[in-house]
Order: sequence, then structure tokens, then C-alpha cells
Amino acid sequence: MQTEILIAGFGGQGVLFAGQILAYAAMDAGREVTWIPSYGPEMRGGTANCTVIISDEEIGSPLVLNPTAVIALNLPSLEKYEPMVKPGGVLIVNASLVNRGPRRLDIDNVFIPVNEIAERLGNRRLLNMVAVGALLAKLPVLTLDQIKQALEDHLPERHKKFMQANLLALQEGADFALQAQGVKVE
Amino acid sequence: MDTTLSAQIVYQRPQSLTEATMHYCPGCTHGIAHRLIAEVMDEMGIRERSIGVAPVGCSVFAYNYFDCDFVEAAHGRAPAMATGIKRLLPDRIVFTYQGDGDLASIGMGEIVHAAGRGENISVFFINNAIYGMTSGQMAPTTLPGQKTTSSPRGRDVETMGYPLRMAELLANLDGAGYVVRRSLHDPKNIRMAKKAIRLAFETQLRGLGFSMVELLSTCSTNWGLSPLESLKWLEEHMIPYYPIGDFKVADALKEIKL
Amino acid sequence: MAKELLKGNIAMAEAAIRAGLEGYFGYPITPQTELLEWMSERMPALGRAFLQAESEVAAINMLYGAACTGARVMTSSSSPGISLMMEGLSYIAGTEVPVVIIDVVRGGPGLGNIAPSQGDYNQIVHGGGHGDYHPIVLAPASVQEAIDLVVLAFDLAEKYRTIVFVMADGNIGQMMEPAELPPMRPIKSEYPHWAVRGAMGRERRILSSIYIDPKDEEVTNYRLMQVWNQIQANEVRYREYFLEDADTVVIGFGTAGRIALSAVRAARAEGIKVGLLRPITLSPFPAPQIENLIQRVKGFLVVEMNAGQMLDDVLKVVKGRVPVEFYGRMGGMVPFPDEILAEIQRMSREDIPLDGDPRQRWMKRLAPVIHWQN
Repeated sequence: MQTEILIAGFGGQGVLFAGQILAYAAMDAGREVTWIPSYGPEMRGGTANCTVIISDEEIGSPLVLNPTAVIALNLPSLEKYEPMVKPGGVLIVNASLVNRGPRRLDIDNVFIPVNEIAERLGNRRLLNMVAVGALLAKLPVLTLDQIKQALEDHLPERHKKFMQANLLALQEGADFALQAQGVKVE
Repeated sequence: MDTTLSAQIVYQRPQSLTEATMHYCPGCTHGIAHRLIAEVMDEMGIRERSIGVAPVGCSVFAYNYFDCDFVEAAHGRAPAMATGIKRLLPDRIVFTYQGDGDLASIGMGEIVHAAGRGENISVFFINNAIYGMTSGQMAPTTLPGQKTTSSPRGRDVETMGYPLRMAELLANLDGAGYVVRRSLHDPKNIRMAKKAIRLAFETQLRGLGFSMVELLSTCSTNWGLSPLESLKWLEEHMIPYYPIGDFKVADALKEIKL
Repeated sequence: MAKELLKGNIAMAEAAIRAGLEGYFGYPITPQTELLEWMSERMPALGRAFLQAESEVAAINMLYGAACTGARVMTSSSSPGISLMMEGLSYIAGTEVPVVIIDVVRGGPGLGNIAPSQGDYNQIVHGGGHGDYHPIVLAPASVQEAIDLVVLAFDLAEKYRTIVFVMADGNIGQMMEPAELPPMRPIKSEYPHWAVRGAMGRERRILSSIYIDPKDEEVTNYRLMQVWNQIQANEVRYREYFLEDADTVVIGFGTAGRIALSAVRAARAEGIKVGLLRPITLSPFPAPQIENLIQRVKGFLVVEMNAGQMLDDVLKVVKGRVPVEFYGRMGGMVPFPDEILAEIQRMSREDIPLDGDPRQRWMKRLAPVIHWQN
């Protein structure tokens, strides 16, 4: 059983760290995991993405054409990766930065205003954790508790003061996703 | 009548030289440079902890003549190789022995950066204004107008550029502790050269940074002159372009009296 | 020691340090720069030598000098930097001093790009530098394997007094995976009988790649070839997946090998009897293992991130006895498992000809994929 998660957005949205925290949680849970970023000049251009693969056996390709789930934190990421999500998969979209609705009927769409939720929690930089919370509500590859433990264990020391806020952000994201009604497909 | 001879040794092979017969041409000053370095190694008692780096050029076989550990570098790369050795073995005395093609042409990058880093190595630079081993082509230090097999009508600075004054160039770098030019064309200058070699090693021993002694040398074979004419040609043509002098002497060295 | 989530470049650097690395010399180049940066922090802290050279040319020659002291030393670079090191490599091979070099391969030729590639296979495995010499080349496919192979690289380099490459790519370098680092080995206290460290109380030693008399140089070449024979006999390494009943075998190394694994699994799920041979040593090449497979398989599919550099080595072993197909992506493009799966499916449906050139057939199939227009 293998789950592939692609997270994409602007540089500064915490794309890479969101993927890393999933990878840490998977490792701590004894699963096989790979985390691979896009790297190089395109990072400087403002877009970033990473792919996390969680599996019960030796992982083959670290990149897949059709991931199980995509988190798209901006419009270019939505345009690029929405068509790639595996049928039956999950698409989490930052509704704060996109001006359109979903286009796929065969996947589970969650349009969530992560910027606003993060701002309401007092720190815009929490938006990645809001998105991860939403993802795990729809894709039970890891539990929220496992992510919380991974944050406890692997959040850099200088960021430990944001621990509680991170946990709250995860929970808010999850709650939103669970309560969200099916969004209308364009 | 007293017939006993009281023998007194006035001249012998320095311990730091092997018994190998040198392959250098008659009239070549490489042999003098080798001997001076070996004498200084003897006097300082550093032979057993010295590691030499030989170049590519006429002195490619320098390792056959020095009785100390030696490695042979790729053309121009002796300062890089010496850097690798010195960084692994900081308490050894590491020196390169390089000609003008090796140091000032193909190895320009390596020598400039070794000096710039203040690499604690000593460089003995033989400048004879010509490529010896490949039989007489133009060197970066070939004088304006000087005929070589690759500048048959004389070095035309309009198309072939100007000679490089390496001692002056490297002395400008903050990493250089001791950079001087000496000549091997007569006994007085040879004595001065030996003192400079001593100071270069002293620079390294004291951790004062990069040291280089440029030694103006002859190449009778490729200059097409007799050994005696060569010494004269060096004095009359090279010294005016490459003045003998001290271009960088770290303050701490100035107290040393030899 | 517990597993940590480690980035490939940093894992390789730390593995080298723990293997007793005494000196590192390198020049920044993407996508391996984190490796150099890690060294710049860790090596001086441990009192060991780190130097950022002025060029790859200088770096390889610093490495050459450092290797002459008998210490464990290494450099790392990426493709264009490795090209610049070829001169030094030949000298190192000719002097018979051990070094380890990590090449995090990127797209080329020329400046190319910084994306993952396997385009350095030929320049590393089949020479590059002048003269006859054969480095050992190890190709990791995961962060853990990269760690293990870096440690092995030092042991092999010293055992055979040879150059050992670890040939990774941008994926291996940039990827994070859970992996376990080896315990810290102490720096060696005894140095080999040939090491140049100052002639204290002993005869002087000379390390050189000059044998001015061709007779001596020929003997040296013969010795190098004899060592190479031993290496070929003893050091072939590879991994097998689903080979027991496979009638088609995919051959791929490093990142291409692990991508092929995904494709092989997917094909197995469809009932196709396909397996994977993943060479870990590209040099020595697992030719005997391929030879054994020829007796019982219907065909091979070679997968690479280049235009078929290892393909030629496979063809040399197969000698037209069974069909060979090739699938490659070039210039920093990385294949998806789906592309390789499609090739496996096609091979299970179609009769693949024994004659003809697999590279020409592949170019025809690739043309529409890359939107090639004449």
C-alpha cells in the first residue's frame, strides 16, 4: 500500500516543511517514506513543490505522475496538478488564493481558505499546517496525533514557541475539511 | 720535509641530495638551485620532514635528486598538490619546485590562489624565460623581442603579450609572507639566493604564509649560447626586466639575521 | 543507532566523515553543494582538513596531494566539475593512490541544467582521463544505500589503491529518507607503506605517475589491469527483484533503477512476469549475472537517464542472443514509472526483434513523447 502526496505553492508558504513533517511522522510510525523537493533556480522564482511517498514496502520511484493527494496552495499549482490527482484521490486547495471552483468529480475536493484561518489563529505562516490538517481529515494515511508528535519531536528549537499554534492549526484544518459540504464542480 | 697531507673537506654533496647524476644540460642553473635548497635543508635539519612537489618541465625529475619524500604533480598543479599535503600534514615542510611554464602559464590559477590563501608552503620558481623540456618555445616570461621556436621573429608584444613578473604580482596578495627575486648568474647572487631560500623555509616554519623565491636562471641549450654567454645574457637582458629584490617580507622575518 | 530523516547530500557527507575522512577538497556546484557546505561546518569542528578550492582542477589536485599522505580523502562535484577533474583522475590512477569521489550527476552536455541525470556513466565508467585505468563506480538508489556505499567506497579504494566513484544524481542528493548513519570510526593511526609523510628514519618515498621508460609503463599498466581483474572477480554488486520466474528483465541503476521497480511492481500486478536487475557496481559491471539470465529470459529492457550509455555494456554481454530494448530520458528529464510500465507491457505483447539497434527503435518511440519536429 503506497500513498503519494504532492504539495505545491509559492516559496514562503511552508511547502517543503509541510512535506517534511509528514515524512517525519511516517518515519516515526515505522513506515517507508521519501520526501523529494523541486530544487534549483525554480525555487528562487517563487514556486516550490515536494512529493512525499509513504509505503509499507521499499519505495520505488520518488516521483509519480498521478499522486493520491495534492495540496495546491496557489492558483498555478491548482492549474498544474488538479488534472494529475489519481481518480478517487484528494485535492486540498487554498481557497484564499484561487478564484475558481473545482473541476473534477472523481476526487475529493476541499477548498479551504488557509490564509484566513491562519490569520485568525494569529500567524499567517501556519497556513501549511491548516492544509496538512485538512489533508489528513480526508486521507487517513497518518493520524493528527502522529503529526502532532512529529512536531514535538522535530520542530526546530527556535520554532518550539509556535507549538501550540501549530497544533491548533492542524485541528482547525481538519475540522474545516470534515464539516465542508461537497463543493460544486464547475 | 713533511710529506703528510692534512685533508680538509671544503666542498661535498649535501646530505639532502642523492648521489644520482643530474640530467640537466651543461651550463644549466637547475643544479645550483637544487644544491642551494639541499644545503639549506641540511643546515635547518629539516630533510626528514620535508616533502617536495616536482613540476612538469625540465625539473620533472627533481625527485630523483633530493633525498626526501617527493611527489610528482600534473603540469602547473604543484601548488594545489602541495596544498593537499600541507593541509593533511601541517607540521611537515612542503615545497614546490616549478619552472616558468608550469608556474606562470598553465599553473597561474593554482599559484595565485595558493598565495592568496596564504598557503603555508614554499615555492622555488625557476625563471629562465623559455620552455626548456619541450625544446625552446615561448614562455610567459620570455622577454620582448626574444626569439624562441614559437616566436621565431622574436616575441612581438602586440600579438603575444607582455612577460609576467610573477614575484611582483604575487607580492601584492595579502596571503604572501615572503616573495623575492634572486639570480643564479654569479657567486654573489648565488649566496643571496641561498639566504632567500633559507628565509622562505623560515617563513613556512613560522607559519607566516606563502613564500616564493623566484630564481633567474639560464638555459644555454635553448638560448643557443655557451654557458658563459648565458650567464652574461641573463645579467644583461633578464635582470633589467626582472629586477632582483624583495617584494614582500613579513615583519616577523626582518629580525632574522643569517 | 536510530533512523533519522536525512537528505542524500548531507547523509553522504556525514557518512564519509564517520568512515574516518581526514581531508575534503571541493568546489561548489549544484546539485551537490549541501555536501560541501556540510563538510565546511563539520570537518574543521573535528580538526580535520576542509578546503574550498578555486576550481575543480585545483580541488582534484589537492585531493591528489592529500591522497599521497595515505589519509582517507575525498572530493565531490557534479558533471561539469567532474569533466574538469579528468586530468587529475588520470594522474591519481597512474600513481595508484586511493581516493573517493562523489558525482551528483546533472543534465548535460555543456552547462546543461541541474536536474537529475545519468549522463556521466561513460565519462566515469569508461574513462574520461587519458590512459588505461578503471575506477570502481558505485550507484546508490536510496539515501541509506548512498550512506553504505560511501563507507564501502573508502574500504575499496584503500584495498585496491584505486579511485572509487559514488555516482548519484540530483534525486539522491536532494531526497530525504529515513536512514541510519554508521558509528564514528576513529581516524586511522597507521599509514600504508607507500605513504609520503616525510622520510623520518627511513628511506625516502616517491609517488609519481611517471614511468619514462615505456617498458616500465607497460608493466605498470599490466599491474593496473591485474588489480582490475581482481576487482572484477570480487567486487560486483547488484540487487535483484522478482527474478525467480521473470521472463523479461529490466536493467536499471540508481534513480532509474528504483523508478523501474515501481513499474515492475505495477506490471506484476497485471500478471506480467517481469523482474529487475539493479546494478550497484557499474564498474565492475555485473556481466556474469546478465550472462546467467540470458539462458532463461525472453528479453531485457535497459532503462537509463541518458541515451543508452549502460545499454552498450549490456549489448556487449548479450551479443544478440536475446532481444534487448531500451528506454531512456535525457538532459535532466526523469522518467515516470508509467512510461517504463508501458514499455514492459509492450514487450509482453509484441515480438521484439533480435537484430536491429534498440537505440534507433527507442528514438522513434521517443520522438512523439518529446514532441520532436524535424
